[in-house]
Amino acid sequence: MSFPWAKHYEPKHPLMQWIDSRLPLPRFVYNAIGGGYPVPRNLNYFWNFGVLAGVALVIQIVTGIVLAMHFHSSAAEAFNSVNVGIMRDVNAGWFLRFAHANGASMFFIVVYIHMFRGLYYGSYKAPREMVWLLGVVIFLLMMATAFMGYVLPWGQMSFWGAQVITGFFSAIPVVGDWIRVWLLGGYAPDDAALNRFFSLHYLLPFVIAGVIILHIWALHIPGSSNPTGVEVKGEQDTVPFHPYYTAKDGFGVGIFLIFFTALVFFYPDALGHPDNYIPANPLSTPAHIVPEWYFWPFYAILRAFTADFILPAKLWGVLAMFGSILILFFLPWLDKSPVRSANYRPVYRTLFWVLMVDVLVLGYCGGSPADPAYIIASQLASAYYFAHFLIILPIVSRLERPRPLPGSITEAVLGTTKTA
Amino acid sequence: MTSLLMRSIKFLVGLGFVGVLLIALWGTISGLIREGTPQTAEQALHEHPKELHLPSNGPFGKFDLAQLQRGFKVYEKVCAQCHSLNLVSFRELAGLGYNEAEIKKIAKDWPVKQPVFDNKAGTWGERDNTPADRFPKVYYAANGTPPDLSLITKARHDGAAYVYSLMVGYTEKPDAEGAKKFPEALKSPEGLHFNKYFANLHLAMPAPLTDAQIDTVKYTDGTPTTVDQMAQDVSAFLVWTAEPTMQQRHRFGVAVLIFLIFATILGYGAYRNVWRGMKH
Repeated sequence: MSFPWAKHYEPKHPLMQWIDSRLPLPRFVYNAIGGGYPVPRNLNYFWNFGVLAGVALVIQIVTGIVLAMHFHSSAAEAFNSVNVGIMRDVNAGWFLRFAHANGASMFFIVVYIHMFRGLYYGSYKAPREMVWLLGVVIFLLMMATAFMGYVLPWGQMSFWGAQVITGFFSAIPVVGDWIRVWLLGGYAPDDAALNRFFSLHYLLPFVIAGVIILHIWALHIPGSSNPTGVEVKGEQDTVPFHPYYTAKDGFGVGIFLIFFTALVFFYPDALGHPDNYIPANPLSTPAHIVPEWYFWPFYAILRAFTADFILPAKLWGVLAMFGSILILFFLPWLDKSPVRSANYRPVYRTLFWVLMVDVLVLGYCGGSPADPAYIIASQLASAYYFAHFLIILPIVSRLERPRPLPGSITEAVLGTTKTA
Repeated sequence: MTSLLMRSIKFLVGLGFVGVLLIALWGTISGLIREGTPQTAEQALHEHPKELHLPSNGPFGKFDLAQLQRGFKVYEKVCAQCHSLNLVSFRELAGLGYNEAEIKKIAKDWPVKQPVFDNKAGTWGERDNTPADRFPKVYYAANGTPPDLSLITKARHDGAAYVYSLMVGYTEKPDAEGAKKFPEALKSPEGLHFNKYFANLHLAMPAPLTDAQIDTVKYTDGTPTTVDQMAQDVSAFLVWTAEPTMQQRHRFGVAVLIFLIFATILGYGAYRNVWRGMKH
């Protein structure tokens, strides 16, 4: 794969030679994240977030496996096994629990930044479409995993969140209610649902890990993109991943852990909902059912569809909500511009920032009660979201006149027209 | 023809979603014009909790053990009549500074006993609590369902301040303007009591802390036993019950943060060192 000047693995220690000649795993690692992977030299800090997402996944898996050792997945005991067993009786259980709950938020924060980096720098474009598509698959898996994990402590928001989300399936005409009952294993979330969610919540992170391997494999075929969007032209454009980017990522992981620590130790409940400290009660509906913050933009899109037009409003909402993510699968073909980086696409760059604000507005509305003012804002922002991807972007990307690109990465870095 | 259709399908899908949203928007706006957004009595009269300064507030907060013991006394003498503390064990009271003998005595003297099933007789009996037991459930026959208080300060927005405000809120005057606008909302239905800090404005619990409780609670550490003081102390105690490990969490956090900041500075140095001479 990759570039002809990539360094080759030469094991020095006899033990490594012995292993490498029988199972070339050290070689594989060396070529993937070691000195054997040449990476553009001009990556900025936004390129740290892929590694950070990987770190977040590992933290989730490690804390999650230990939490599962103490968790009881039954509707009668789940709440107390978390709030008494783990929080009070397990040594440092409070740390594991808060690290896992806030780890999910940290995972979404870094993945959202990672995705917006891809949007800004056109990382989804040829020849990296497959990297992007696999990334969207990972995102969908993350959403499913996070949702099911939130149900496990069996608080009020767990229960009513499960009620609302599985309710999406009942929007499907004719067979919807039947599918919902089948998915839940009952007419409402209970033991059957809780147990299968626990089982799947344990399974999916490993599926995510598998798709991440494919994501990185697909990335290594063309190699990493970079802020100029200009392809690597020669050896002077790249540096070996190790030690250059391992050192930079090490620093990035430090910053990430500082933010993570601040949340876990000082503001562990800041991103959660108080109602989830009330045990699930099927007979008492919370005043405002809201999902976790990372679902707010999608929740706003769901609630924006309030009119029955041919199809029932609920079905429109569900279609649009899933559609808003599925659109991302088509992004490489919706954006026709041959130029990748928004730095050289003045119109697209403005559109990117408008989209960013649009998603923040959606997020704010999704976390707010369903008052008319927020619904109106959600309707406008949702309309813009779809218009951005399906109407504006295809047209703009055809008509836009990009600014001149630098001749090469090195030229951009050194700020001269003479390439080394 | 098919290729034209393929090419325009994105526009059609986009226009479809945008169109339905505009129809929905029209519906929302016309509804708003028709009906407006009438203010509800709750919006006019419900108030957010008052500020409450507790030593446990903030990212580096610590418990004041004397205050927690006073708060426990308020719980024991007043709240425990109706509210359970079922997630907390007696042995955890060591966190308030009680020694083993004291905890044993508190558990033994606790008026609500642990239910036990007699396998020989096939009947339910009861026994004294031990330090290993959790605070027993309280059975309550009258109007309302008193919630378990173990996690109450985490289960409400700004929980400690909420508990405090609710305790002292029974005697506070409602917002004058709101009261003029919704005079009906001030009249409590049969068996309920007005409190502007409660989301629905009326709750089944009568004012639990009044001057009548001063003699029942009676602090022995020299702190004046007033309604306001009791309300503060019981809020502080309920912050503790919701997370007895909070102070430990804060202490660990400071150590972890110092370590990480140091490690990250070293990491930055390593990064600069590796990249020295490489323009990027």
